Amino acid sequence: MKGLETTLRCHKIVGGYGEGEALVSKEPVCFYLTDPKTGIVRERGHELEGKNISNKVLVFPSGKASSVVQIDGLFKLSSNNVAPKAMVVRDVETVLIVSAFIAKVPLVDRLERDPFEIIRTGDFVKVNADKGIVTVIKGGLKNIACPREG
Amino acid sequence: MYLTKEEERILNGELGEGMQKAMELLVAIGDAYDAERMIPTSRAHAASSGQEGDMYFVELLANGGAFCRVPTSTNPVYDIEYFDSIFKIPEEEAEVPRRVKEGYKRVGAMLSWCCIPYITENIPLYGETVAFSESSATPYVNSVIGARTNREAAQSALAAGVIGKTPEYGLHFKENRRGTVLVKVEAALKDAFDYTLLGQYIGKQIGYGIPVFIGISKHPTAEELINLCAMLNTSGAIPMFHIPGFTVEASTVKEAFGSSPPQDKITVTDNELKQTLEELQTTSGKISLVMLGCPHYTLKQVGDVARLLKGKKIHDEVSFWVCTSATAKLLAERMSYVSVIERAGGHVVADTCIDEPCWHTYRDKVGITDSPKCAYYRRFKEAMVARLSGCIEAAIKGEWR
Repeated sequence: MKGLETTLRCHKIVGGYGEGEALVSKEPVCFYLTDPKTGIVRERGHELEGKNISNKVLVFPSGKASSVVQIDGLFKLSSNNVAPKAMVVRDVETVLIVSAFIAKVPLVDRLERDPFEIIRTGDFVKVNADKGIVTVIKGGLKNIACPREG
Repeated sequence: MYLTKEEERILNGELGEGMQKAMELLVAIGDAYDAERMIPTSRAHAASSGQEGDMYFVELLANGGAFCRVPTSTNPVYDIEYFDSIFKIPEEEAEVPRRVKEGYKRVGAMLSWCCIPYITENIPLYGETVAFSESSATPYVNSVIGARTNREAAQSALAAGVIGKTPEYGLHFKENRRGTVLVKVEAALKDAFDYTLLGQYIGKQIGYGIPVFIGISKHPTAEELINLCAMLNTSGAIPMFHIPGFTVEASTVKEAFGSSPPQDKITVTDNELKQTLEELQTTSGKISLVMLGCPHYTLKQVGDVARLLKGKKIHDEVSFWVCTSATAKLLAERMSYVSVIERAGGHVVADTCIDEPCWHTYRDKVGITDSPKCAYYRRFKEAMVARLSGCIEAAIKGEWR
């Protein structure tokens, strides 16, 4: 099943290891506009509205909103064990770094390929921020556990 | 990133866990921006918020024995005793803000509890390297004072205050401080509220960038600049700007842009300001609340309120609040501004931000404010926006149309 697995170099921002199902958002994410108890996105009109970011590897371009609400938003998710397992972003800024740091969520950027091309919602993604490696398993873990006949 | 021996020792925890955590955060930020080294900062402003994330980090540093090496001021939370005396704040609700305040005290911060410390307790000088978070503070110290700060979060600013250093990137370099967008002001800027509208409009138009304003003919006041800064960095993410002739880093438009010409040009007439104000009017009619002091009112502004309210009576069904700093309140008491406002039926409260749970009594109420930033926080059902004279008129009549 090697063909379904891609390993990419990335740039560590906040260290650690996290793995989970990928959830991809082309829009910036504000953690304050998620339900702190469940991780469900509540922001009206957002492409992730109604989706759950808890325990996912969240792939998104950047954070948004004022520093206070963003940091407190991710921290609350983390306190309730419903934060993403790891985050892959395109553009970092200080507020997002601080959010990930205090919520202890691994954060990486500068994937060697465009994350929005290589990662789709539902893929299984392992983020080893400390080693600077992201592994993408296309189509999710079922492709490893139950390889198709062929 | 290159770290000195001492910085390495801090990162390895040899100077305690508090310093270590602060350094870890600064290194993560430095790595993200490819900073090559740390540079000394001589002061910081932490935009403390009194929320759980804020509490976690300040307690992490305080419990780990960290203590600010350079003056580090704090943003407002709320005056727990004052609100408790009026609304009876349950102990469990007061716990987080109380622990936040205690945490900043233990970590040796300057307990200003004020969002405009850069005009009172914590004033950088031209060219000084600092770490100032808070929407109005970052652009004010960069543009008006000419100190150098990046757009910090509360925690990165606190970490810089504790270590006395910050990673060298972004606005610490002269070449990154040049203008990107030319803003031609044709609107007549009559008062501080017009600067509020200008900031609201331009922030929204530009998003991220460094505007260069031309066409402003009269020297803006401190209050006008505070409002401009607050709104530029709330409706947008604007860490600095130039007004050649009035702000310090560029005396001409050419100097403001350096060798790279503006990417964009925006013209602002009275019409844009009028439209901006209209967009902020979500309703009209009866009001239950007037909220002033976002950002914190200066002593002069508290005095303006007192003059407008002298001998008047605020409507029985209207709560009237002015938020300011502890020092401004002390002087306002001395100058009888506070007693004039209280006699009219209003409150002057120190140490308090408009975006705090202490205001939950007004959650379902319609209010009026002179600050779109205050309206944006949505602590109230609706908040209309008008200039100060309109807010005072509404306070007395109990309605606004």
